[in-house]
Amino acid sequence: MTNWLITKNNKKVNLTDIPALSINELREAVISEQKRPIAFFGKDWGNGATRLFVVLADDINGDLLVSSAIFSANEKSYECLTQEIPSFHIFEREFYEQFGIEPLNHPWLKPVRINQDKYEFFNMEGDEVHQVAVGPIHAGVIEPGHFRFMCNGETVYHLEIMLGYQHRGIEELMLKTPSNQLAESICGDSVIAYNTAYSQVMEGLKDIQISNKAQLIRKAALEMERAAIQIGDMGAIAGDIAYAMGAAVFGVTRTLVINTMLEWSGSRFGRGLVNVGGVNFDISEDEINLTLKTLDKVAKDVDRMTKTMLKNSTVMSRLEKTGTVSYEKAKEIGLVGMAAKASGNPLDSRFDFPDKWMKELNFEKKPFNGVGDVNSRFKLRYKEVKESLAMVRKILSKLKEYKNEPVLVDSHNDMSKDAFIVSIVEGWRGEVVHIAMTDGNGTLTRYKIKDPSFNNWYGLALAVRNNGVSDFPLCNKSFNLSYSGNDL
Amino acid sequence: MFDTLKSRIYQGQQFIKDIPNAPMREQFRGLPSLCNGKCSNCGKCLNVCPTGALKLNPLSIDMGKCTFCGACKNICESHAIDFTNFYKLASTDRNKLIITEGMTKEEYEKTAVEVRKEITSVFSRSLKLRQVSAAGCNGCEMELNACSNANFDMGRFGIDFVASPRHADGIVITGPISENMAYALENCYHAVPNPKIVILCGACAISGGVFQNSSKLNREFLEKYPIDLYIPGCPVHPLTFINAVLSYIKK
Repeated sequence: MTNWLITKNNKKVNLTDIPALSINELREAVISEQKRPIAFFGKDWGNGATRLFVVLADDINGDLLVSSAIFSANEKSYECLTQEIPSFHIFEREFYEQFGIEPLNHPWLKPVRINQDKYEFFNMEGDEVHQVAVGPIHAGVIEPGHFRFMCNGETVYHLEIMLGYQHRGIEELMLKTPSNQLAESICGDSVIAYNTAYSQVMEGLKDIQISNKAQLIRKAALEMERAAIQIGDMGAIAGDIAYAMGAAVFGVTRTLVINTMLEWSGSRFGRGLVNVGGVNFDISEDEINLTLKTLDKVAKDVDRMTKTMLKNSTVMSRLEKTGTVSYEKAKEIGLVGMAAKASGNPLDSRFDFPDKWMKELNFEKKPFNGVGDVNSRFKLRYKEVKESLAMVRKILSKLKEYKNEPVLVDSHNDMSKDAFIVSIVEGWRGEVVHIAMTDGNGTLTRYKIKDPSFNNWYGLALAVRNNGVSDFPLCNKSFNLSYSGNDL
Repeated sequence: MFDTLKSRIYQGQQFIKDIPNAPMREQFRGLPSLCNGKCSNCGKCLNVCPTGALKLNPLSIDMGKCTFCGACKNICESHAIDFTNFYKLASTDRNKLIITEGMTKEEYEKTAVEVRKEITSVFSRSLKLRQVSAAGCNGCEMELNACSNANFDMGRFGIDFVASPRHADGIVITGPISENMAYALENCYHAVPNPKIVILCGACAISGGVFQNSSKLNREFLEKYPIDLYIPGCPVHPLTFINAVLSYIKK
């Protein structure tokens, strides 16, 4: 198989080993593989040429398949992949927007982050049809984005989501001023996931080995982040169906988790914890014991509230069969992470691309019977909270074995030359993918980021079809996708 | 229903009773404490600061830029830089956010927020705010949401976030203000009836923070309109925010 270079998560490869095919060969190769895209992006290749890189995920074997194609300066189009594999739709839109190479016959070739004034909304005609426009500024304290509902009375035929308001030019900034703090601020609700992905990329490029202790602290923090956000979102879902009790209780329970993060790192969201070379803060034995005590209370309170809430018939009538995305649809459009799991597709890069700890600590993927509605997404959160808290307990007790290891090893600025590295971290929403490339001088020349929301926004659009407009906030909250992670 | 009642009783009262004097965990990085005499001028801190908040000769930290990451403290071998857990960081004057040697929390608290009679008389009983996230990363947004949860319960002071600028007395801006959000922010500002206030929340809003070198920002809004209150943080802690507003309207 010469069409692909096979690599692993966090493993550096030589740029010159990546096959460079013609676009037609690459297209054929992608179609014959039938695997999930996790990256599809361009890079200036000198003299007006563009090189397109594709990374596919082999979730069964834990492999990453990398290949590329070069477009010369006068090649400005190719036959799109989306018609064959729909999950490429958003990747091809992004590639077109960034490099002007048109995927021909793309069914939905609209702006992704810029040129919002040129966005053409899908238009429906008829006496009964009307549009509802929402945003960019929303009613709550949330990030900006524009939603356009095509409705018949109260029923949504279709929702179009126009984003890009959060665009801060992150990929460009990552080349100019890369730092842990910038990585943390790409998507401020997934601080640990983003900073870990960035740090792993840098450690890979700089050949830095971090201590076992640091790896475990990062892992524990990642699960704390997951638990905190999922509890908060359970509260937000409760709030959106006017179940005030749930909103209040989950809200205060989340506070316990993030205040523990504050004790670990000085920030409620774990900012300043992860660093290239390890972590900045050790967790003392006292802190471990205190954390374990707090987590017991958290687990108990979440359990209690969830059981009370789900016994309530008015709660269930709002959650069940609202905003359904079927397994087939989820798979076809390439949903990842939580949204995929809730629809019955168990994608989880923690288990699909495992590090050594997953085996050593006996962490196993547990099945979840999701049918893709709000209820499934709520129950999945409950399941993940319980699992994450159990994982943190195990990780912290393992941590005691590495008491004398350093948390941070020395870093330096020498990066490997002509290197290419992919780092995948399973944030609470799903896979956070960071990819970096260096040139012959060891300078960063491309930094690519893919947030799980990038795949999943279209899933939200499908979820609200044939639902009432008034159920949109509930559907939206049940996905809780990132605007800033998508817009970069 | 009995389960719900039982849950209610089990949870008890969880709100923080005394917001202005609420204790803060010692690990929190708040007001910097600097010692010029110890500074060896090695400049290592300047290299690790992601936002250029530090200056030497004399040593100073601009809280309007600072992300409170603690990298400068960690690298400083002569222990000239420290962060206290003092969380009342807001000021009505941009220049007061620049902390130099000898600034104590008592002095900062006394001088940072200037109380104006017209503000107190109009807003002290009720202040409704419209929040605009202008490319905020969701860090400050989550913390502002937390201000209204059962722990912090900002609503008890008559301070709330409202859904429409028409109902608001002012706007709270988070994020570095992207080009794509500039017009919406300005529209929102004009939709708020007079008299109105503008609050900048977080390092990004105040100075661009880690995004200050981005070519995709448009921060003209800040030059055109007066800013009433600067609230530092990355993200802003709920106690920092609530106390900032309380001291500004002199509740």
